[in-house]
Amino acid sequence: MTKILVVDDSNSIRDMVSFTLKSAGYETVEAKDGQDGLNKAQGTAIDLVISDVNMPIMDGITLCQELRKLPSFKFTPILMLTTESSGDMKMRGKAAGATGWLVKPFNPEKLLATIKRVVR
Amino acid sequence: MSVDLSQFIPSFLEESFEGLELMESSLLDLEQGDDETINSIFRAAHSIKGGAGTFGFNNVTEFTHLVETLLDEMRDGRRKIEQDDVELLLDSVDCMRLLIESIRDETECETSKIIETSVLLEKTLAADGVEVSEAITINSSDTVESKTDDSSTWQISFIPEHHLVQTGNDPLLLFNALADVGEVTIVACAKDLPALNDIDAEEIYLSWNITLQSSAEEDDIKEVFEWVEDECELIITKEELSNGDLSIPELLTEPASLEEADSIVPTPTIEVPVQPTSSPSATNTDKPVSKAKTELGSIRVGVDKVDSLINLVGELVITQSMLSELGNDFDLSKVERLNSGLEQLLQNTKELQESVMRIRMLPISFAFNRFPRLVHDLSKKTGKEVELILKGEQTELDKTVMEQIGDPLVHLVRNAVDHGIESAEVRIANGKPKKGTIMLDAYHQGGSIVIEIKDDGGGIDREAVFNKALEKGIVDEKTVLTDAQTFDLLFEPGFSTAKEVSDISGRGVGMDVVKKNIQALGGRIQVISEPGKGSTFRVNLPLTLAILDGQLVQVGTETYIIPLITIVESLQPQKELINRVSGDMVLYRLREDNVPVIPIYQLFNIPCEFDNIENSLLVVVEADGQKIGLMVDDLLAQQQVVIKSLNDNYQQVDGISGATILGDGSVAMILDVPGIITMALAQAQLNQQNRSRLQPKITQSISEGVNS
Amino acid sequence: MDIQMLAEEVPVEGEYSLEGVDFITSGEQYLTFLLADEQYAVDILCVEEIRSWENPTRIPNSPCYIKGVINMRGIIVPIVDLRMKFNIGEAVYCETTVVIVLTVETEDKTRTIGFVVDAVSDVLNVEANEIKPAPVFGGCVPQSYLDGLVNVAEKVVTILNVKTLQAVEKHQIN
Repeated sequence: MTKILVVDDSNSIRDMVSFTLKSAGYETVEAKDGQDGLNKAQGTAIDLVISDVNMPIMDGITLCQELRKLPSFKFTPILMLTTESSGDMKMRGKAAGATGWLVKPFNPEKLLATIKRVVR
Repeated sequence: MSVDLSQFIPSFLEESFEGLELMESSLLDLEQGDDETINSIFRAAHSIKGGAGTFGFNNVTEFTHLVETLLDEMRDGRRKIEQDDVELLLDSVDCMRLLIESIRDETECETSKIIETSVLLEKTLAADGVEVSEAITINSSDTVESKTDDSSTWQISFIPEHHLVQTGNDPLLLFNALADVGEVTIVACAKDLPALNDIDAEEIYLSWNITLQSSAEEDDIKEVFEWVEDECELIITKEELSNGDLSIPELLTEPASLEEADSIVPTPTIEVPVQPTSSPSATNTDKPVSKAKTELGSIRVGVDKVDSLINLVGELVITQSMLSELGNDFDLSKVERLNSGLEQLLQNTKELQESVMRIRMLPISFAFNRFPRLVHDLSKKTGKEVELILKGEQTELDKTVMEQIGDPLVHLVRNAVDHGIESAEVRIANGKPKKGTIMLDAYHQGGSIVIEIKDDGGGIDREAVFNKALEKGIVDEKTVLTDAQTFDLLFEPGFSTAKEVSDISGRGVGMDVVKKNIQALGGRIQVISEPGKGSTFRVNLPLTLAILDGQLVQVGTETYIIPLITIVESLQPQKELINRVSGDMVLYRLREDNVPVIPIYQLFNIPCEFDNIENSLLVVVEADGQKIGLMVDDLLAQQQVVIKSLNDNYQQVDGISGATILGDGSVAMILDVPGIITMALAQAQLNQQNRSRLQPKITQSISEGVNS
Repeated sequence: MDIQMLAEEVPVEGEYSLEGVDFITSGEQYLTFLLADEQYAVDILCVEEIRSWENPTRIPNSPCYIKGVINMRGIIVPIVDLRMKFNIGEAVYCETTVVIVLTVETEDKTRTIGFVVDAVSDVLNVEANEIKPAPVFGGCVPQSYLDGLVNVAEKVVTILNVKTLQAVEKHQIN
């Protein structure tokens, strides 16, 4: 079963993303900030990480950098959930090792269609 | 498949309110160079904007976008944090609150303030020549829409850089996504594949040529590859349908001979519905995806509380099965075990009860946290410098009690700033620090929670209060009142000693309502004040509404319950301290007070054994600042009782606040002490009227007798 | 042996009437009870429970026919003595004295009230056309309580309107 790690400090956004993914048959793991995400990522096989950028304790960009340091996450797709689609964000994301980005406000159908680029 | 997210709206709204509170309190505390705080304020706004966008609450998204932009400049250091901006942001928070409330309540929003503030925000941002980017609303051309064009054939040449997979992207999956756009035929090209020894397993050496049959736009196709644009060479060419021959890029001349080529051809050949379901809100800009109905509200409970509850229930079940087993084959030899089992049951039930009650309990900080903003605003309005100190914010109380105590507390705090704290000049003249202090404190005491509003202002002017009462005819010149009684006058309806009626505290309509609200919760309010030093308003509230600590008493054949919170003292009256006044009013001398004695049996028309005070017991209770003595036959146990309303199946009864079910299954009435006082007064007045009606007859007959 | 005759002889208490051995398929069902020697009936769907008399807890300053409240499975239920309320017969409390607990649902509320009667009889099945209007004049029971009369054998059963029975209690103060 494809397992997706959802990281966002907003409970409602996290719940919605998770719900959307679950209704499409994916399994989800949730975290409320970067550090929590990093902790939860270890010790379990994650097929995709969807993370918000602006979070307390550890933001999404840093999480991405940290995850890439882990051998099991070298090739794991990591998507940044962001409200900005500026070139700046793209560059920062890429520099940190992100696979791509998803723009908020998120449309559930779009989300599901888009992640198909990186998961089965 | 359509995913319905409307179920998340209530939780989004709740989260947004919390976020707004955080923004507000953080803004009030904000200081220059405080990165962490400004960041957290930004994040809160960002979250609200994001969530609002998802549900199509575009008015919120647009407004919040302006706020977020301003905050972004501040957190980046591009803008210094000015007080004016903070005030503007505080006003913005108010606007956001209005907007979200209108969504929650499904009402139209008062837009004048919002428009005003929007304009101000835009001006502030424009002043720096900063471009305000367009807020992304759900109508933007982000959503993939396609025109019903005829299907075209596209040739896509995809040559990824070798390290592409290290970004987490996988060409095969990209092609899967592409298959959603149209019919694909994929041919791989392995010309760059090195010798086996030289292959690095973490790199890609393949490239692909894809033929796509689709009615999609070029942008839609590009979109599939948007994440890898910088890490590949992507050539997309549309074929003109007219000519049958396809211009084949060079790469195709060397078809791959590896297995991959076969496996790449994807199986899905479904007709792609290229118009992904854009949510209905895309069509009406201002209507949210669905309306959220927040009903009775919800409580967030820590998992630890729930776990403890589960454990306790577990223990209860064990005790129950133990008792049940005992009961199966019971004989007198097992009495010992039965007793200890019942003890255990008592313990379990007590713990379970406490645990459940704790679920409804929330820290009073939820009620307190509106005050920093309030005091800040009042301080500005009155031109007085006032500092607010909050203590005991973690003190817990019942959620419903807290919701209802909010308004009364606001009124008391307003009063304190308005009337309590003197102006700066007066304070300095009296050797006080220029800044006035208001302290809000909450703590547990016995079975209740005490909330204090203390100010270090000028205190309450007793004379002014007395004179006002005189004016209103509540007292006459000869009345002598204790301090406590004088202050109680403040709670008379229509009472206000403010020389000018300030619009902050209202026209004196406040205090009596405050008292009523507090009493409705089963609590009471006390005033302590020292001239020149300040005043303290002390509110006493029961910890929960549904459970009461009660004293069981016997009156005739009936058992009543007196709320423990109202009892001052219970005693056996001493004959010498009993005085009769004005005919049939009985007073008991309790230290310096003359406490009127009320015979319950008379009030309730119950046949009673002990109809004189000498042989009964007296329970002295306090309500409305007045002490009265309730005459009872006997004092029984003290216990916690669950309050059941009489209103459900019957109606309100004077003097009775509710009923409860005792251990033996019988019903007992709970006395409403303020109500009893009212009843006693009414009865006394009635008696007086009857007597005065009789009197003229007596004097008449006497005078007739005299004259005759 | 005529089953019908047998059925009439057997005193049935709280059981379905054996009028016709088939199951009851039409009409409404009513629970009949006695106030002194007069027969009354209420819609059986409103009957929550039939309890034997127990001393209720008094409600201070309530009308004399409101005897007090009892605890019924955690619910506080007021008890009204119909014999006193309607002034029929004598209000005595003995082994056969019974309390019929009626529950009525109105738009927003559900109310449960217990009524003291002398005895409970059986369950009647009544067709709508068998209910005759009650006489307008005379009688100690006010018109608003009466839904109609039904002839059962040689006797007359007065059908009471439960909503009225319950509603009036609310507005009565002293």
